[in-house]
Amino acid sequence: MDNFNYHRPSKPADAAKAMKKAKDGKFMSGGMTLLPTMKQGLASPTDIIDLGGLKNSGVTAAAAKVVVKAGTVHADVASDKGVKKAIPALAKLASGIGDPHVRNRGTIGGSIANNDPAADYPAAVVGLGATVQTSARKIPGDKFFTGMFETALKSDEIVSAVEFPVPKRAAYVKFPNPASRYAMVGVMVAELKDGSVRVAVTGAGPKVFRVPEMEKALQAKFSADAIAGIQVKAKGLNSDIHASPEYRAHLVNVLARRAVAAAK
Amino acid sequence: MSAISMKVNGKAVCGTVEPRTLLVEFLRENLGLTGTHVGCDTSQCGACVVHVNGKAIKSCTALAVACDGAEVTTVEGLAKNGKLHPMQEAFREHHGLQCGFCTPGMLMAAVDLVKRKGKKLDEATIRHELEGNICRCTGYHNIVKAIQAGAENM
Ligand SMILES: Cc1cc2nc3c(=O)[nH]c(=O)nc-3n(C[C@H](O)[C@H](O)[C@H](O)COP(=O)(O)OP(=O)(O)OC[C@H]3O[C@@H](n4cnc5c(N)ncnc54)[C@H](O)[C@@H]3O)c2cc1C
Ligand code: FES
Ligand code: FES
Repeated sequence: MDNFNYHRPSKPADAAKAMKKAKDGKFMSGGMTLLPTMKQGLASPTDIIDLGGLKNSGVTAAAAKVVVKAGTVHADVASDKGVKKAIPALAKLASGIGDPHVRNRGTIGGSIANNDPAADYPAAVVGLGATVQTSARKIPGDKFFTGMFETALKSDEIVSAVEFPVPKRAAYVKFPNPASRYAMVGVMVAELKDGSVRVAVTGAGPKVFRVPEMEKALQAKFSADAIAGIQVKAKGLNSDIHASPEYRAHLVNVLARRAVAAAK
Repeated sequence: MSAISMKVNGKAVCGTVEPRTLLVEFLRENLGLTGTHVGCDTSQCGACVVHVNGKAIKSCTALAVACDGAEVTTVEGLAKNGKLHPMQEAFREHHGLQCGFCTPGMLMAAVDLVKRKGKKLDEATIRHELEGNICRCTGYHNIVKAIQAGAENM
């Protein structure tokens, strides 16, 4: 791993300043993605701006919405009583990320900023209709993930929190890669309080996507058989040593039906 | 180079590190605590698990500078007054290791697991909680048995 300058600002404004000054700076939260990437030589930033000093972690769960600050680690979302009660699907999703040690360091802010095509949180952000708060603005979840490892964030913009509206019912089901636990495919199905239904799929494509045909069918009838015949196209889905696009397309339907059946 | 200080296994320590020095490198190379192992460079194997401020983390994926001021426990900190920790004793008793390379991480993960989930652990829970610890030798059966027994004796 190449060397770099290390900064640990205690205010978001100082973090943004340090980023502006750096030749090739990177924010760091848990480091669970950034450090392995640097070890492999896939990134060699000149400066690391550690956001840990901002002490921006914690969850507030109320009847209408759950707000998770960006520096909250997965373990804390998974075990938070308020989250478990308001959006059990979100707590369950967090409890299935990686392994216990990863969950003790990795954060929601780092996960969505990184936008790994196989990451779990993007399915929650899009599937629950969440809003991403940054140091500069609020970005609707649907507009946040723009491409593989690409987001709407500007280079000196920091994710500060994610705001999830509490749904009527929801569930997240993933088929984990047995080695890494990342999603080969993961599906979040949610019926929101206004009666609309969202189906968000991660792991299958270059980035999280919704399945409008399933959403329409579920809005008419929220039951697993309502979507039994709806297949997503395999063309354009991810292909790697773990699974073919056809296999992933098949999983989307199976997991979506399981999620509908499990929604609460 | 930055000067850092920590409390490791109850003792105050300090040192000078480069920003890129990983916590595991600081423990092994600066402090000579070679019980903590490095088994991969992908943050997957868990041989490097230590406790930082009471939480199990992978010390190969944390910067030493970022742990400035932290309290760290490594596998060397488990035995007290020359007596093995109940979890170590259980690994010996139940043949929970062969080559022993993964064992420090397994022990630290197991002790953390008991802290979080209590002394009565079923097999499914233990297996799920071991997803971040890879063993190339044992096939896990005896590790699971050892953790179950060790938990009860903690
Ligand atoms: C073994 C292993 C298994 C894993 N399994 C899974 C899994 O099953 N599912 C899953 O979803 N993930 C998984 N992960 C990834 C894990 O969830 C990471 O925690 C997450 O992807 C990144 O979070 P982080 O806080 O560690 O971010 P970092 O590694 O610190 O940062 C990641 C990226 O986000 C940027 N960034 C960080 N914080 C912010 C912020 N607040 N604002 C703007 N940009 C920011 C950084 O600059 C960097 O580019 C796994 C990781 C490992 C090592
Ligand atoms: S050495 Fe840390 S996870 Fe493998
Ligand atoms: S005992 Fe050899 S790797 Fe686990």
